[in-house]
Amino acid sequence: MEQGEFFGLLGPNGAGKTTLINIIAGLARATSGSVSVMGADVAADYRRARRMLGVVPQELVFDPFFTVRETLRLQSGYFGIRGNDAWIDEVMAHLDLAAKADVNMRALSGGMKRRVLVAQALVHKPPVIVLDEPTAGVDVELRQGLWQFVRRLNRDGHTVVLTTHYLEEAELHCSRIAMLKAGRIAALDSTRNLLDSFSGLELRLRLDRESLPQPFPGQLLFSDRSFFRVKLQDYRQLEDALARLRESGVQIQEMELQPPDLEEVFVRLTGRGT
Amino acid sequence: MLFEKSKPYQGVEAVTSFRTLLYKETLRFWKVSVQTVAAPVLTALLYLVVFSHALRGRVPVYDGVPYTDFLVPGLVMMSVLQNAFANSSSSLVQSKITGNIVFVLLPPISYLEFFGAYVLASMARGLVVGSGVLLATLWFVELRLQAPLWAIGFALLGAALLGTLGLVAGIVSDKIDQMAAFQNFVIMPLTFLSGVFYSIHSLPPVWQKLSHANPFFYMIDGFRYGFFGVADFSPAASLAVVGASFLGVSLLALSLLKSGYKLRH
Repeated sequence: MEQGEFFGLLGPNGAGKTTLINIIAGLARATSGSVSVMGADVAADYRRARRMLGVVPQELVFDPFFTVRETLRLQSGYFGIRGNDAWIDEVMAHLDLAAKADVNMRALSGGMKRRVLVAQALVHKPPVIVLDEPTAGVDVELRQGLWQFVRRLNRDGHTVVLTTHYLEEAELHCSRIAMLKAGRIAALDSTRNLLDSFSGLELRLRLDRESLPQPFPGQLLFSDRSFFRVKLQDYRQLEDALARLRESGVQIQEMELQPPDLEEVFVRLTGRGT
Repeated sequence: MLFEKSKPYQGVEAVTSFRTLLYKETLRFWKVSVQTVAAPVLTALLYLVVFSHALRGRVPVYDGVPYTDFLVPGLVMMSVLQNAFANSSSSLVQSKITGNIVFVLLPPISYLEFFGAYVLASMARGLVVGSGVLLATLWFVELRLQAPLWAIGFALLGAALLGTLGLVAGIVSDKIDQMAAFQNFVIMPLTFLSGVFYSIHSLPPVWQKLSHANPFFYMIDGFRYGFFGVADFSPAASLAVVGASFLGVSLLALSLLKSGYKLRH
């Protein structure tokens, strides 16, 4: 992964996304091959590698003995940083945690706990930030806030690695995507290329009759009386389809065009849904 | 930029991470001191009151040493050992179950620092509870410390050994159940049958021999020597046994930590 990228790691459950993240973070050990973070091998030079990495785990884990501030101070200490209070205060402000700074972790809501996890990943100012399903089960407001914050970090130069099931989010934020299937890479390319190369357009039509003029371009996916769903390869084929309809004098009562999306790429490549 | 450029890891940072982990593990038991310190002190006092009342004058111990006096060092040491074990073992198992173990596995903490922090924190708890018990028993007996250095030495080494054993148990156990089983079926019987409540020279020969196979015996016996200048076994030899055990268990703990057994898959 390139420095400064916003990288997406996608795949169905069991594909190996979390395992890969665990290997990068040192929580699991690879049986073969090697991984390095900012030039430091995660096994041989683990101290430097881990110092460069901030990981936000998927589960809402916390230590019930401590407050938010104590948690962040401890985390700073683990990374060898003393006197980090100024930065801790800043991170808490960015994540809207300042009001809860001296509240015990146990007493926080799920959304708050997640924000603390993000703060914990940032106390040591790592150049690489890994987020494992950051918006799973998160309400809309917090989701927007989180994405805004993460995008800002990316703009500031942090490399962001993301795993998610929410393909629309991956499509929106990630510049490059790897799709995993059963522990192997099914695709690795920029988001743009993936969308361009694999997906097509879906045309939904309600006509004034119960059959499409033949021959009709593309592939008919579904029909129900006067409603049709047609798969088209590209916008050229769309033009052909519309031309065909005009030639046949068919009246279009309703039309909807579904643009290329990652979900389709995903299904195509991995053979099943998310 | 929010971050600093990649730079080599410095020694001072390693000290800070070790100190932070030690601080956290110590704070953890201190925050709930009613449960972790006051309760064991009370339990030890109850043993003292009940057993001394029941067995005083009936169980021969050492010449010139009343039973109640004899009982005190055994109870102090028992508290030290059990609480040192409990600190590291319960901390690790709970962390693994709740999942917050990742907070100490993600940072660049070396396995040596990890070991040191958990063992020292366990020693702290063991010694704090032991001191508490000792102070509380002053109410009942007059303190006699014939060879205080021996007592301190055994207390430190014993706490270290049990803290390390707790670390191993915490790594290996996946559930609180397994932890409790080890504590109730191994640690407790061994401590109770190590000569805390009786002197082993009053046992039939077969049982005496078996007691010698109990590692806890050497710690209790040696610690008690510090009080009365009398022991069932040579204190120097006892110290050697305990020291060798500590070395063995430490090597085991360090190799488990280094290999990432059950912590890093």
